[in-house]
Amino acid sequence: MAELTLVEAINDAFHVELERDPDVMVMGEDVGRAGGVFRATAGLRDRFGPDRCVDTPLAEAGILGSAVGLCMAGWRPVCEMQYDAFSYPCLDQLITHVGRYRWRTGGAMEFPLVVRMPYGGGVRAPELHDDSPEAYYVHTPGVKVAIPSTPADAKGLLAAAIRDPDPVVVLEPKLHYRTLRGEVPEGEHVVPLGEARTVREGTDVTLVAYGAMVPLAEAAADALDDEVSTEVLDIRTLKPLDEAALLAAAAKTGRVVIIQEAPRTAGYGAELAAILAEKAMLDLRAPVVRVTGYDVPYPYWQIEDAYMPSVERVVDAARRLLEF
Amino acid sequence: MAKVERKGTLSEERLRTFLREMLLIRRFEEKVEERFRAGELPGFLHVAIGQEAVAVGVCQALDDGDVFASTHRAHGHTLARGTHPNAVMAELYGKLEGCSHGYGGSMHLYDIERGNLGANAVVGGGLPAITGAALAFKLRGEPRVALAFFGDGATNIGTFHESLNLAQLWQVPAVFVCENNHWAESTPAHQQLPIEDLTKRAAAFGMHSITVDGQDVEAVYRAAGRALKHARDGKGPVFLLANTYRLVGHYVGDPQVYRDKEEFRETRETQDPIDHLRDKLGVSEAEFEELDREVHELVEASVEFAKAGTDPKPEDALKNVYA
Repeated sequence: MAELTLVEAINDAFHVELERDPDVMVMGEDVGRAGGVFRATAGLRDRFGPDRCVDTPLAEAGILGSAVGLCMAGWRPVCEMQYDAFSYPCLDQLITHVGRYRWRTGGAMEFPLVVRMPYGGGVRAPELHDDSPEAYYVHTPGVKVAIPSTPADAKGLLAAAIRDPDPVVVLEPKLHYRTLRGEVPEGEHVVPLGEARTVREGTDVTLVAYGAMVPLAEAAADALDDEVSTEVLDIRTLKPLDEAALLAAAAKTGRVVIIQEAPRTAGYGAELAAILAEKAMLDLRAPVVRVTGYDVPYPYWQIEDAYMPSVERVVDAARRLLEF
Repeated sequence: MAKVERKGTLSEERLRTFLREMLLIRRFEEKVEERFRAGELPGFLHVAIGQEAVAVGVCQALDDGDVFASTHRAHGHTLARGTHPNAVMAELYGKLEGCSHGYGGSMHLYDIERGNLGANAVVGGGLPAITGAALAFKLRGEPRVALAFFGDGATNIGTFHESLNLAQLWQVPAVFVCENNHWAESTPAHQQLPIEDLTKRAAAFGMHSITVDGQDVEAVYRAAGRALKHARDGKGPVFLLANTYRLVGHYVGDPQVYRDKEEFRETRETQDPIDHLRDKLGVSEAEFEELDREVHELVEASVEFAKAGTDPKPEDALKNVYA
């Protein structure tokens, strides 16, 4: 085990996976010589050459579109979108091709590609550098979506995404790229897609979160420690969802708070709440509540803390459920 | 035979093969129009009547192992590359025996065995993948070429510019075939293009370009051959501009209120690529009728094949979304 930051764990995953499989390649803006703006791809160009760590022009649709063609000819490309909102120009390719080709060709074409990007706020960046776009991707048939919250999972989920036969979008909480350190297994480490993680066990209230909201949920659980026993569930893979883990975590306490950084309406939390409404009705002792961002563009740094879900808002939601 | 052709003229036999291919596409698409009007084929259908010489000239010049991406006007490219009319017609009827197993329809025809990476309902949608496939061939050192068909309207779309830029930057073996039929759906060239000569768009990327009369199948075949050789020899991508004419509406049933009737009548009379080749070869009335009968039978048989095909079940839609 090595203690790494979250972004170092991602870099580690790349080194291991590119060494393991000569068909894996990385492409994106500034990923080569510069090693990526967050250094996620540092050292890959020197070690594996410019053909397997390709610096591209600023052309997101072209990057992902080229990856489609690369897949058709047997490569396993990993595309970096430099920031969450920079991925919007490639949504066209993702929706119209990446998610559909396998289906459209009756399974004759495989798209083992990965689109990964730093996502989310809390880093005092301007608008369009702080979005949580997971719902767009989850809503796209044929695409899988994973969001790690720890260094070990960042490595393991990326490795799983690279090895997966389907296209996978991996969103990485940039807030925790360097602020989170943790034990990371050395060498090959794969966290299977579709498995949630119980962060802590509890009996009174369940906090459900993913990505950057997991450490927040843990902080809220700490704050509630004197009052109640809190279960924290990290969804990890939004699609395919570990529904059994969600239902089990809800059944344990009967009170569920879903935490989502993205704007509220039709966010991923709404899907989780709908599943609980459909399948966990008799296990619930109180309504499912969401703590989310707001239906506004991500605000600039002076007021971004008011936008982001906070420990206070989560604690308040949990208390409301306990008093219900 | 190929060596002789490169030096001199194409054999009459070869040109007669081209004529047959073009006529097959024509009669196939006329049948598609007919079945649509009869209410048998639902959905939206785009035929490429008038543009057969581009499809046949280019596809005949491709080598085994080459790949291509088509457009929403895809029947001609697909048939010209050798996919059986039965498989294409069955696809239009939404049958499991179709070339896309009844999942794709007219605008999403595939034939991976023959390098057909797919037609595309989104204009300009196929270009980036062709750049990527060409990059893959270059990285693997394979002597293969990836080719994209698209129309003049697609040259206004972002993916066109991103794809050509990347292809030229990476010097990949790609050929970009612009089927310039002078209409973006119902919008004429002068209302959608600020320039007349579309090769200027390739020149902006420093890309080699070739312009050809798209109604002359022999000229298209030669130009495509030159473009493919250029790309295959590692000299970089080529923009191949084929000036052609859409002798029908944008979609089957299009009243074409936007087109000048007299001008359109004249275009239909003077710009039919099948008439051109027939005249060039001096094909007699009797010979043409014989050829037409043969092709007609193939097309009729494809309709019978399609109608007798297997309907997909609703649960089939749940398959193949994921591995």
